[in-house]
Amino acid sequence: MAESTHNVFKGTNEQRRKLKKVIAQNKDVPGAVLPVLQEAQEIYGYLPIEVQQMVADGLGVSLSEVYGVATFYSQFSLTPKGEHRISVCLGTACYVKGAGQILAEVEKKLGIKSGECTPDGLFSIDSCRCVGACGLAPIMMIDDEVYGKLTPDQVDKIIDSYSE
Amino acid sequence: MKIEELNKIKKEKEKLVMVRKVIASEGEKLAKQTGYRKQVLVCGGTGCTSSGSKKVIEALEKSLKANGLDKEILVVRTGCFGLCSLGPIMIVYPEGAFYAQATPEGVERIVKEHLKEGKVVKDLLYKETVHEDGSIISLYETNFYKKQLRVALKNCGVIDPENIEEYIAVDGYQALVKALTKMTPDDVIEEITASGLRGRGGGGFPTGKKWSFAKASVNDVKFVCCNADEGDPGAFMDRSILEGDPQCIIEAMIIAGYAIGASHGFVYIRAEYPIAVQRLQKAIEQAKERGFLGKNILGSGFDFDMEIRLGAGAFVCGEETALMTSIEGNRGEPRPRPPFPAVKGLFGKPTVLNNVETYANVAQIILKGSKWFRSMGTPTSPGTKVFALGGKITNVGLVEIPMGTTLREIVEEIGGGIPNGKKFKAAQTGGPSGGCIPALHIDTPIDYDSLIALGSMMGSGGMIILDDDTCMVDLAKFYLEFTVDESCGKCTPCRIGTRSLLRLLDKITSGKGEEEDLEKIEELANHMQVSSLCALGQTAPNPVLSTINYFKDEYIAHIKDKSCPTGVCKALMKYNITPAKCKGCTLCAKNCPVGAISGKVKQPHVIDNDKCIKCGLCMKNCKFGAVYTS
Repeated sequence: MAESTHNVFKGTNEQRRKLKKVIAQNKDVPGAVLPVLQEAQEIYGYLPIEVQQMVADGLGVSLSEVYGVATFYSQFSLTPKGEHRISVCLGTACYVKGAGQILAEVEKKLGIKSGECTPDGLFSIDSCRCVGACGLAPIMMIDDEVYGKLTPDQVDKIIDSYSE
Repeated sequence: MKIEELNKIKKEKEKLVMVRKVIASEGEKLAKQTGYRKQVLVCGGTGCTSSGSKKVIEALEKSLKANGLDKEILVVRTGCFGLCSLGPIMIVYPEGAFYAQATPEGVERIVKEHLKEGKVVKDLLYKETVHEDGSIISLYETNFYKKQLRVALKNCGVIDPENIEEYIAVDGYQALVKALTKMTPDDVIEEITASGLRGRGGGGFPTGKKWSFAKASVNDVKFVCCNADEGDPGAFMDRSILEGDPQCIIEAMIIAGYAIGASHGFVYIRAEYPIAVQRLQKAIEQAKERGFLGKNILGSGFDFDMEIRLGAGAFVCGEETALMTSIEGNRGEPRPRPPFPAVKGLFGKPTVLNNVETYANVAQIILKGSKWFRSMGTPTSPGTKVFALGGKITNVGLVEIPMGTTLREIVEEIGGGIPNGKKFKAAQTGGPSGGCIPALHIDTPIDYDSLIALGSMMGSGGMIILDDDTCMVDLAKFYLEFTVDESCGKCTPCRIGTRSLLRLLDKITSGKGEEEDLEKIEELANHMQVSSLCALGQTAPNPVLSTINYFKDEYIAHIKDKSCPTGVCKALMKYNITPAKCKGCTLCAKNCPVGAISGKVKQPHVIDNDKCIKCGLCMKNCKFGAVYTS
């Protein structure tokens, strides 16, 4: 796996303890790999290969099986996310109301593409498929905050309010 | 819980909820018996939360306390009312005053003027609910609600979804009592079969038949599953039901378990729906506390328990076998059928899987009977269907209509027409598996069979309205990009077929299309339809085929004339200069990054479209409005 310099895995003991606890609780649950990975991502913010290895060892399954699951679902990320996660909805309702232009504006503003993280680690951009707030289309989420009925010219100001 | 206790709670709470359902004058009489002078319902669903209903609720509670009203006025956080574009929504009962786009500042006035002094704040009401003379019209009399018939959404926006007693007050768990005490498992299946209920998640398979297959499979362990992995982008009815009325899904799953002989259930729900997950979790806990889940339910000797499994963002997991593979903890890839889940499903055991909206009908069918259910809708598609109305339509939101309602009624009456004076072009149903219904078929009654006859499908109920600004080739491309992303990769026809289809569409929208491409698309589509492993691949070509079928002239325009009639496809856009308006100031030529503009000073300039990269700088810089696109 190619990892750029700022992506070196640094896990804390606290995180390791939490993950071990989750693994212990789920060890005998049928179909535990998926829910354990969800918790692991909650703890670490992403799923580096080191964390996948811990999950595999803990649950007694192969790393390839864990990696297979981790790479199948779009919820999982193998690279770290920004401090602020920007998510532009590309569901149908948003798409017909111009979500593509919103995403393009966000990418232009931050100089990165969807799926990437800014070099300073402050922002990452993702597209998502429908959060179900279609009445407010087009929408964008930054962390848990939803910005609805967007126009491309509002993007600049909204992102600036996070970079201070 | 004993049946007597259930009925006691129902009796105690009935009036409190009834205030929200009857006309104002009766509501006032009822309100006097409930201990609360007025009730304020605020939507706490995803749509309204996104537009700030949390702050509105906080402001409301604070202001009520400050004004000393918190003991006589009840605040209820409900699920979705349906009119998401007007959120945050707030309704005051018993008068039924409907406040739209509520703000903390507006709440301040509502508390003072309306709740304290008794004067409705008319300028904050939704305009359709105020007569010219200033009197209030009931919400249910507005165009948006009048033609709707709420069965699956019956309790959404009416009860507090986090309070099981309010569910009990509206006949909650009475169907379970009836099933467990007065019906055999076969009676239950017979009733569901007789009702003609069909799966609301897509295919429309008869629910009763599905249950009878699982009942017939002999095994000591069976499962009941609920598909809440609503993956169709633009559909959010399942989420709204779980947010607004989670107990009705639990009750239906217990009934299904009783019918087929299963004692364990799973709800597979999208992790992207945090509010729905949290409310369902709470609902399950409350149902356990009251003994609706667990051992010896209502003293009947029947055991049933259930748990939630979170999806992780894979559209294919909406397919039944893929969903089960995912609950088993694996990559969510579909399995070949047969064996069907009713024979060999989750963990290899006989399993029944239904979608959320399907379950939302079950308790009412058991309670009111199959005849009642058949009195709504059409003979082959009885009942109602919830649609998530979105796109270029005035009233974006959730609507529930009897099957057989025409598309025209949905668009023009319930939906309030197309905004900005544009024209209706088509309605897209069935999401990435569906197709378009063009304006020419606007009078088609909507049911399972009529949609299939038009080359679309019901799907889970996303209905996206398109106006004449939408490019149908681009729309087809949008859906193909989606299926390329979401194809799980297990079978070749889907994995490679979707990509090849997308490549052909890309070719067309970038101006390199050839006439035989349309034939290639059709041939490829046919292969995918017959040879893909699951419905994802089998239906992936539908958006393309349906747009070619109804909007062939748009494809031809892209291929032959190299132009996009709606101007959406950027690669086909041409920048031009109107000679009469051009003053020859040279500003455009100076700013053009590729030197595509030529002309002498004070003489009209010309753009060379072969060199032009469509950056739009010339248009932005022209002070005389001489640059236009075609």
